Parts: sequence; C-alpha cells; structure tokens
Amino acid sequence: MHPEPQPPARRRRRRQILAGIGTTAIATLAMAGPAAAQVEEVDPVQVNLDNVWILLAAVLVIFMQAGFALVEAGLTRAKSVANIMMKNLIDFCAGAVAFLALGFAIAYGGSLDGFGKFLGADGFFLGDGAFTYGNLTVPVFFMFQVAFAATAATIVSGAMAERTKFRAYLIYSFVISLFIYPVVVRWQWGGGWLFQGEWLPTAYHDFAGSSIVHMVGGIAAFWGAKALGPRLGKYGPDGKARAILGHNIPFAMLGCFILLVGWYGFNPGSELAADAAIGGIAVTTTAAGAMGALTAMFTVWLRSGKPDVGMAGNGLLAGLVGITAGTAAVTPQAALIIGGLAGIIVVLAVSFFDNVLKVDDPVGAISVHGVCGAFGTICVGLFARDDVEGFWQQGLFYGGGSDQLVAQIIGVLAIAAWVTVTSIILFGTLKAFGGLRVSEEEELAGLDVEEHGSPGYGEGFGSFLPGPGVSLGNGAPAVRPSTPVGSS
Amino acid sequence: MLHLVTAIIKPHRLDEVRDALKGSGVEGLTITEVRGFGRQSGHTETYRGAEYTVDFVPKIKLEIVTETEEAERIADVLATAARTGAIGDGKIWITPVDRVMRIRTGEVGADAI
Repeated sequence: MHPEPQPPARRRRRRQILAGIGTTAIATLAMAGPAAAQVEEVDPVQVNLDNVWILLAAVLVIFMQAGFALVEAGLTRAKSVANIMMKNLIDFCAGAVAFLALGFAIAYGGSLDGFGKFLGADGFFLGDGAFTYGNLTVPVFFMFQVAFAATAATIVSGAMAERTKFRAYLIYSFVISLFIYPVVVRWQWGGGWLFQGEWLPTAYHDFAGSSIVHMVGGIAAFWGAKALGPRLGKYGPDGKARAILGHNIPFAMLGCFILLVGWYGFNPGSELAADAAIGGIAVTTTAAGAMGALTAMFTVWLRSGKPDVGMAGNGLLAGLVGITAGTAAVTPQAALIIGGLAGIIVVLAVSFFDNVLKVDDPVGAISVHGVCGAFGTICVGLFARDDVEGFWQQGLFYGGGSDQLVAQIIGVLAIAAWVTVTSIILFGTLKAFGGLRVSEEEELAGLDVEEHGSPGYGEGFGSFLPGPGVSLGNGAPAVRPSTPVGSS
Repeated sequence: MLHLVTAIIKPHRLDEVRDALKGSGVEGLTITEVRGFGRQSGHTETYRGAEYTVDFVPKIKLEIVTETEEAERIADVLATAARTGAIGDGKIWITPVDRVMRIRTGEVGADAI
C-alpha cells in the first residue's frame, strides 16, 4: 500500500538526490535500479501516466513558441515580420540542438559536489550519464527541459526586434541555450548550490522558473536591447519616447492566449509527475494570469484614459510569469495578489524602460519577464503558505520568518548577476565582431527583404504600412493616439 | 487659381515632410500608398531558392491642393524635407485644378482649401 500521500515536494527531494548521481534511470527498472533505498513500490500505470502527462506538458510548452512568435509579430511593424518569425523559429531550433548537445549535460549531469554545484558535464546528446527524474524516462525529461530552454531563449527576440542582424541573433540563441541558461538551471533544478541552500538561510525555491527561465530571458533581453540602441525614430529630438504601433493586434492577442494555454504545461508540468498537485497549480496559474490582465488594464486605463489592448495582454503574461515561481507554494488568494501586483508592475516598468532608462523594448519583454520574473520569485518568500521540508519554508506573511525571503532575494541577485555578465560579454563580442545592428537604410526599409530575401506579406500585399493615421518609418504618429504609453 | 502639388516620396520621409508642410502653412493633404520605379528600376532577390526581380518599390504619394502662388514654394519645402540624396527620393509635379469645393459647407475656390 502506498504510504499516506505526502506533499509532492518531500517525495521529490528524496528522489532527486537518489536519482541524480549520474545514472540513467529507465522507468521500468525503477523498482530494481541503483536507487535501492526507495521504499515505495512503483506502479507501472503511474509510471506511464507520469511520462504521458509530462510529454504532453512539454508539447504545450513548445507550442508557446507559436505564442511568442505571434505576440512579437503583432506588436512590431509589418515590414520586419518575416524576420521576427525567423528569429522565433530559429531560436527554438538552434536552442534545442544546443541544449541536446551540451546544455542538458551542463544543467543536469555529473556530481553535485564541489564545482558540480555550479556546472555539470555529463549526458551529452543524452548519452551515458544523462539525468532523469522520478518515473520519467530520459527522453521525456529531456523534452520537458528543452521546451523550457527554448522559452528562455525566445524571450529575447522581442526586445531586439526590428533592428538586429539575423546572423548575430542566431549566434546569441545558440549560446544562451548552450551555456548561459543551463548554468542557471544547474544551480537550482539540477541540484546545485541554490537547491542545496549553500550560503543561504534556506534552500532557494523556483517551482517552474520565474527566475530561471523568465528573468534570465528578461535580463538578457535588457542587455541585448541596450547594446542595440533604440529603433530609429523611437526617441524624438526632444528625447521623448514616441509610440511605434504594432501592426496586428489580433496576432498579439492570439499569441497571449496560446501562451496562457501553454502555461498549463509550464506550471503544472513542473510537478514532473501526474499527481494531485497539478490541479492546484493550474488554479494559481489561472488566478494570477487573469488578475494580472485586469490590473494592468485598470492601471493603463487610469494612466492613459483608455484600456490599451496590448498592455492588457502584457498584464496577463506578467501575472503568469509572476506566479511561475510560487505556483505550487501559494494559495489561490495569494496568487490573485501576486498576479495583480505583477499587472500593475508591468505597466509601470514598461514606462520606466521606455521613458526613464530609454531602452527600447518593442514588446515589453524586459518588463514582463525580467521584472515580473524577479518579483514573482521574491514573492515566494512572502506568500509560501506552509513549510514543506526540503522544498520551501513558510513565507514572511504567514509567520514563517524571513529565511525564505532572504534566500529568494540572494538567488535572484545571483542569477541576475550571472546573466548580466555573460550577456554583456556575448553582446559586446557580437557587436565588436561583425556587428549587432543592421544599417540605417535596412532598418528603415524593413528587415524582411534585406535579411531574408522576401517580404513577410508577399509582393502584392501592400502591407508595408500599418494602416491609416499611424506612423510609417520614424515612429511619430500622424494622428496622435490617446494612449501615449503604447504597448510597444 | 488653384494648383495640385503631387509628390512621390520614400515612406520613411513622410513624418518630416508632414511636419515641414504644416510648418509652412499647408492645412490639408492626402496620402496614398503606391508602388513604383524610376530610372534605377529594381534589383534581384531570392525566394526559396528562386530569383525574382523587385521592380515596384513602396512609396507614398502626397496630394496637396493649393493656391497657384503658393504651389512653387510648397513644392520646394516638400522636396527639401523629402530629400535623402540616395536613389529613389521621388518626384514632384504641379498640375492645374479647375474647381475645388468643401463638401461640408459648399464653399468653392480658395475658401475651400
């Protein structure tokens, strides 16, 4: 008889330590494998259920690539739409190959002592030493992880839209999935120093990746956008930000819905098992996302006079990003709060980057993923509802003291520092060797023909202009829009 | 007496041209998205491995009805704002207009501009 159901976390931690010493765990051998210290019997139906569910979750997350592509295309101009689509296609493909070849091995391979707390090296191309977790086969576990790696990589394409040399972006997307992202994974999900609680009051906790995936993408996006400089015409001669309208709001909204649905693989799937916890995780995910859209809508409504559509979409995503770290640890009520705050924060952050720091982020990626990712991760230290041994400690607001909060803050800072340093080196190198940004003429004409040989919308389509009364090349609208803080 | 100033310009110069025209007293104009080519004609691109010629390049056409005495001056302002010095800057021409009426009020002639 299976023992009294424990919180998933407790089982997970024991299994993680047992399964993680570089052995290839095949599900059907789970009962007789090297991890002989396990006490529970493993039901083959459960094993298959786990694998089917996680593979399905992985597919949902991979489908988020379509969501990102549509959001980014919709919020940028038509003349570069083929380029943004290409960037989204290729950052998945280059990223998947890089992660398969090396990234996965860095994230999950090898011993967890000494330098292994920071960096692994076992299981290249899913060979010997490839790690897996619980009942999952190596391929299924890898599929789920590669989907996440691709998510981190694709966040950046939006912030670098409309002015990046494709060649440079290609190299970037390979490097982030090969190295920058896997190292962060190693620190936490791979069992490294954050998971072990080394130099922290307690172990760091990020269930599905607010910091590991989203903040990593958001911070890389910041440094990429900064290295590039703003689009031509984004800032007027007086230094004021101008709205550059996206060309397809339906794309952007469909993209948001696809991302929402994909998030049901992203968060509940991070349980890495088909068990009772996944329902609650889906609920907190929903609550935070919905609240984020609402508060973002109200915030921009108050600030600018009208409920901006793109900003509401950004709010949905901000709420989802924000809950991703604590999705298993917080109550639905707390999820409403976290998501709601994220929705407000994202509107303010977009304005901050646009108007104060003057870093041009066409789709708000830095604000949605970077800022709200950090915020959501820190919220675990405030809102975790109880102690789950070996996983998370009760949050400050529930009387658990500040240990988890401090751990969250330190972890967020450490990850941010790592991504900052590596991104600066990467983008700096790309800039110095071959250039990061396209020429002025190319940027004004649109990237599609110059970078890829043909327009995104075909020859006779007349879509090089986004429509009546809007800006064309330089960004200043021909008709003053009523929402000066645009979604792009 | 009224004349029509028609200009074909590069799309990304539109904002500058509009600002310059407004600054010099023009109170209305119409734009159309067009495609065209001049002496330099097109260039060759590749699509899925096959070559094709890009002949018709996107441009913006502006039309401004103005008093005859102003037409030359407005054309100059326009040209200066639209000029980049590179191939494809466009053309401006001026043609006479027989009659103009403001639809809302029925005013004709110079009052209709």
